[in-house]
Order: sequence, then C-alpha cells, then structure tokens
Amino acid sequence: MNNKLKIKISVRNLNIYYGKFLAIKNITLDIPERSITAVIGPSGCGKSTFLRALNRMNELLPDVKTEGEVSIDGRNIYSPDVDLVKLRRNVGMVFQRPNPFPKSIFENVAFGLRIQGIRDRERIEETVELSLRRAALWDEVKDKLYKSALELSGGQQQRLCIARALAVQPQVILMDEPASALDPIATLRIEDLMRELKEEYTIVIVTHNMQQAARVSDFTAFFLTDEDRAGMLIEYGNTSDIFTMPKDPRTEGYITGRYG
Amino acid sequence: MEVREKLAYIIISLLASVAIISVILIFIFIARESLPIFFNPEIKKEANLRVFFFTRDWQPISLIPKYSFIPLIVGTVKVTIVAIVIAFPLSLGAALFTSEFIPGKFREIIKPVIELFSAIPSVVLGFFALMNIATWVQVLFHASSRLNAVTAGFALAFAVIPITYTICEDALNTVPRELREASIALGATKWQTAVKVVLPAASGGVFAGIMLGLARAMGETMIVLMVSGNAAQITLSFLDSVRTIPATIAAEMGEVAFGSAHYATLFFLGLLLFSITFVINYIASTLLERTQKRLRGER
Amino acid sequence: MRFKEKIYLSLTALATLIIIGLLSYIIFDILKNGIGVITWEFLSQPPREGMTKGGIFPAIYGTLVRTLLMLVFVVPIGVFTAIYLNEYGRGSNFSKWIRLAINNLASVPSIVFGLFGMGFFVLFLRLGAGLLSAALTIGILTLPIVVVSTEEALRAVPNSYREAGFALGATKWQVIRSIVLPQALPGILTGAILSVGRGMGEVAPLLFTGVAYYLPYLPSSIFDQFMDLGYHIYIMTTQSFNIELTRPIQYGTALVLLMLTLSFNIIAIFIRYRMRRKRS
Repeated sequence: MNNKLKIKISVRNLNIYYGKFLAIKNITLDIPERSITAVIGPSGCGKSTFLRALNRMNELLPDVKTEGEVSIDGRNIYSPDVDLVKLRRNVGMVFQRPNPFPKSIFENVAFGLRIQGIRDRERIEETVELSLRRAALWDEVKDKLYKSALELSGGQQQRLCIARALAVQPQVILMDEPASALDPIATLRIEDLMRELKEEYTIVIVTHNMQQAARVSDFTAFFLTDEDRAGMLIEYGNTSDIFTMPKDPRTEGYITGRYG
Repeated sequence: MEVREKLAYIIISLLASVAIISVILIFIFIARESLPIFFNPEIKKEANLRVFFFTRDWQPISLIPKYSFIPLIVGTVKVTIVAIVIAFPLSLGAALFTSEFIPGKFREIIKPVIELFSAIPSVVLGFFALMNIATWVQVLFHASSRLNAVTAGFALAFAVIPITYTICEDALNTVPRELREASIALGATKWQTAVKVVLPAASGGVFAGIMLGLARAMGETMIVLMVSGNAAQITLSFLDSVRTIPATIAAEMGEVAFGSAHYATLFFLGLLLFSITFVINYIASTLLERTQKRLRGER
Repeated sequence: MRFKEKIYLSLTALATLIIIGLLSYIIFDILKNGIGVITWEFLSQPPREGMTKGGIFPAIYGTLVRTLLMLVFVVPIGVFTAIYLNEYGRGSNFSKWIRLAINNLASVPSIVFGLFGMGFFVLFLRLGAGLLSAALTIGILTLPIVVVSTEEALRAVPNSYREAGFALGATKWQVIRSIVLPQALPGILTGAILSVGRGMGEVAPLLFTGVAYYLPYLPSSIFDQFMDLGYHIYIMTTQSFNIELTRPIQYGTALVLLMLTLSFNIIAIFIRYRMRRKRS
C-alpha cells in the first residue's frame, strides 16, 4: 500500500495465546509513521490484545504466549535483549477508562519523569506544562495543578492521561477505546486532539465506534473472529477505501451494520 | 403470615443489636467499677488522677499503696514499639510480595499460610517466647534478664503480623489494575509501580493496618504477662523488665479486695485501654473506608 | 538501577520467608518437644502429685465444654446480625452502628472482656464465676468472626435467587430461610469453626470469669468452675512450684491446644477455599 510513507511499526505473523486459547491469529500489517491507524471490529475480536502486543502489556497477564514479530523502527520488540522499560517509554498508552493516579494533576504528568530519576524541578515543570498544552488541557488546569486529578471531569481526566503519556516523549501512542467512557462533546475534543498529535506521533487507536474511526483515522484495520473465536485481520487499507469500497464482503457487512 | 414476618423482623433486629448493646455495656460496666476514683472520698485519697499521672511508683500492695500509671505506660509503650518495629516491615514486605510480585496462584497459597499465624493462641506464643525468644534475646543483646521489653515485643510481633499483613495486603490488592497498567505503560518497573503508585493509593489502608496492629500490641495480655518480666519501672533501656497495663490487670485483679482503691484503679486502667483502642479502631476504620471510596473514584 | 530493584524485590521475598519460617519454627518446636508426652494416659487422666504427673483431661474437658457452650450463643446471634446487615438494614443508620460496634468488638483487648465478664456476668447478673460466664464472655469476643464470615456468604448469594423467590410469592423471611440461608450454610459453618478456633485459645477473658488452677472433679453444671488448656499452660510455666520438672507437661499441653486451634482454622480455610472456587 502506501510506499511513500515511512513504516513505523511492522507486524509479522503475530499469534497470541491465552493459555491454550488462540486469541489472535497470524496478523501481518505495517503501520505508517505520523498517522492515525484505527483498529475496528466487533467486541472480542482481539483488537485490544493486538494493541497491547505493541508495547508488550499482554505480559502482565499470566499464561500469555506471543509468537511472531513486531518491529518498531526496524527493531523486533520481542527479541530477548529488549529493555521493556525503554520500550514502554517509547510507546505510550491511553486506556479505555481514564485512569489518573490518585495524586495531583502535576504529579500525574510528572510521574514518568520522576521514575526516570529526573529531579531537575525546572525541567519537570517545563515538561508538565508542555505536555498539558499539547493535550489541550493546560488552560483548564493551570490554576489547580496541585489539586487531585480525581476532581477533573471524565473528559479532562482522559486528556490528563494523554498528557501523562506525552510527558515521557514517546514516538508511538496506543489508545484503547479512549473515548468509550466519555460523553459526545468530550469525545470530539479527544478526536481533535488526536488530529493535532499525529503531526508528531504515530497513533494506533482501537475503537468499536466506526464513525470515530472514519472521522479521525488515516488507515483502518478490520478484525473479525474465525469459527474458533480467534481474532484475524480481514482487511487493512486507507480509511476512505475501507469505508467507501471495502474489498471483503465481511468488512462491508460490518460497516453497513449487519453484525457488530 | 403478616404476624410471622413482623415477628421475624423484630427478633432479627433484637439479636442484631446485641453487638451494640455489648459495646455499651462493656463501657458502662468498666466505667461503673472505676467511678469510685472520682466520687468515693476514701478511695479518692489513695487513687486519683494526680497520683496516676504525676507520681512515679506502682506498688499497690505496699503498706502505703502507690498507684502511678507512668511505669505501666512506659512498659506498654516499650513493648509496643518493639512489636511494631519488627512486625511492620515484615508485614508490609510480605504484603507487597504477595500482592505485587507473584502470580495470583501463589498468593492464594501464601496468604492463608501467613494468616494461619493468627490461629496460634497467644498463650502458646508466650510459651514459645519463654522457651526460645528469651534465650535468643539474651544471647544476642547480652541482656541481664531474659524477660524484658525486647523479648515481649518480639513475641508480640507474632500477634501483630497477621493483622497488619492482612489489612495491608487487602488494601494493596484493592488498588485497581488500571493504575498499575498506566504506570507500567509509562515505563515504570514493577518495584516503581508498587512503591510510587500502588502503595500511595493504598496508604490509608496500610496506615489502618499499622494502627490496628498497634492496638493489638497494646492490648495483648498473655504474651506480655509471661515474658515481660512484670517489673514496674521507669527506665530507658529496652532490655529492662517491664510491666504493661494489660498484664497488670491480669496479674492483680485476681487477688484484689472487691471495691477497694486497687480494684477501682485496675478497672480504670481497663477503661483507659478500652478508650484508647476504641479511638484507634474508629480512626482506622474511617481511614479504610475513605481509602476504599477514593479507589472506587468517589470523592 | 536494575540491581537495586532486584535487591528490593528480594527483600520483600525475604520478609515473606521470615514470617513463614518463624511460623513453621513455632509449630515445629512445640511439636518436637510435645509429641513424646502425648499418650492416651496424658489425654484421659487428671493431673496427679501436685500436677507434676498425670494428664490434662480436666483441662481438655473444660476447654471443650466452655467452647461448645459459647457456640450455642454466638452462632444464632452472629448469624442473625449478619442477616440483618445484609438482608434488612442495607445502608440504614442502625446498620452503621452495628458495624461500628462489630469493628470495635474485634479490637477490644481480651483482658477488657475479662473485666467486663466479671463486672457484668459474674457480679451483676449473679451467674457466678463458672462455665456459663466464661462462655458468654468469650462469645462476645468471637461475635465479629461469625458476623463477618456469615455476611460474606450472604453477600455471595446472587440476587436473582432472592428475586426468583419473591416472584413465586414467598415473603421476605421465607426467602431468607428457604433460599438464602441454605446457600450461605458453608459460610456460616466457616464462621462457627473460626470462632471455635479463636475462642478455645483465649485465656485472658477467663482469668476472672471462672477458670480454676486445679479441680479434683469435673464441672457438673454450667455454673461450676473449670480447668482450661490455655490457662494450664500459663500456670504451669509461671506459677508451678517446679517449672523445670513440668516442662514436658507444658509442651504437651501447648501441643494439644495448638493442634486443636490449628486444625479448626485449617478446616475453615479449606471450606472457604472450596466455597470460593465453586463460586468462580
């Protein structure tokens, strides 16, 4: 597909097992740099499992086995010498439900820096402000940086979580249904934010909201389960192509609402 | 039918109020027996608040009885400090280990095993301490007396560990998984996640665990009665024998004349103990509740 | 950085090991020194020759009887308290007060229960110092255990069961009695067993409520004084006129008491474990 774009993440023959159960099967796709790639599909089709394979978060669960290859900037992140901490700093993640730490707004954003052992107060303050600005939250919280993050609204909390991820200066941001717990207005703000962020970051978003995928993403991957309930990649391409002229009848069926 | 339902409701409510009534009765009956200290002129002469808190000796059986609480308080504080200093790091360490660093399968085994500690009667712990810990302490610290505050505190730690461990572990375990994931996704290690995210989020519960452990150490009777040496003295050394408040009540109540100044004083000590643990318990349960609410995202 | 991390992790593992090690060592020590003493004679005979020889039967008997008597009071009260909390008074103020009281009872020092038992049951209600006063005193002490355990079991009964009962026209009490309680039975059993395990080992509350140093006969009524295993350990180790000579008896008694409390607790853990597995 797009030969002009530089490939950021390349996935080859990815299989993931939970115990003996094959959760996703033989996924191969390339995710281009500085773009938004949406992963869509019905629930239980392995979208989140796929996303969590990109920063090796699946390994937090017991009995997960991963086969195949995921390369970021040409380096296989599953090779044994990979430093998980560095990987996860490079690949940020935003979760389904806003999950700020029960700390102040400032401390939430500063967390990633502090765990790297950065003590320089000025540098931390600068980064916090910059991250909050990029997450379009600065103006709303600049007067209450030391208030608890739990006092923010759901939408603000989610943007705070985005700011928190940005503060460690990742190149890739994974978003797992980041707007599913938010109201429509907050959702639109997050989507606007994503469009701004893709100028600098490679974004992969999992969503079950097809309109959202159509609105924000440049590329869309459509997942579906086979008869053994294993998730597979059915179709992948430019978002406009997928939504206007899907090649696979199953994709067409899903986006026209025949199942889901 | 209606009548039966009403009757069931009334009986259930009545039985349910036994707990409340018990607490009230405990307070009333212990207060009642200690009241003479304030109202009986004969007893007031010998035993009053000034004597309790501003003299130095506890010698209730001497010709002129002396009822200073200070040596008893010093003793209680000493053994409690030793118990907490030993029990808290062990409990918190084990709680972190079982809740954060090992897979759930192992947690299911290790947790009940540690909690089995609470199944050992305190009199058995006291006996074990008498036979073993006293010797260890003597050899280790060259103590002049086998039975001292360190021995008693060490033995008390056994009684404190299951309480503090269970409460800390439960508190850590109720921290939502999402917070751990967020931290790991930001590049934090497991240890950083445990200490910088999970522990602060559960801090109220951990603190409650210490408080309730403290209450247990202060109120434990049989262990200290058996291995503290029971000498009422005001010293700084932890290797001296001590006499604690509960041990004093246990040792002396059996031989005291009913209605005497000594009798009322022992009940007053009981009242003191009851009030302190009541307050500690109230603070601890408020903390626990608040932590749980906060973790559920309520404000 | 990584090295430091490993050290911290090992420290927490070490803390766990120390705790389990100490626990095992206590059991091992009592077992090693006590097992040789346990004979049929030791378990079935009264003490002889100024308690320097013979067995501990009266102490076993006293402990078991006072514990059984305690169960008679604590189980109904505890179970009905839990029923009130979970089925009738959800969120009510009365419930809040009950909870506060239960929490508090769980942390009142045991010696305070002793004082209360003496002031209330022995003196005020004139029950005298004997099995009944002791059982009632310890019953209040173990009440929280039964309540907490039963409540956990009640909470685990799915609401759909209750709704199904109501939909068939059953009244609230009928639903509780015929649907909820049978489901919660293992939890109630766990609570009762745990309260036995705890109650048997308590000594401080007995000191002023009827425990005796030595009795030449077994108690014949619930108002009689009694001997007790835990108290026996205490007096043999601290008041006996030849402490060294009676060491074997002390270890033997400690072993009997420890085995009793441990086995009750292990049974309870086992029931609870099976209950939870069945649920999930």
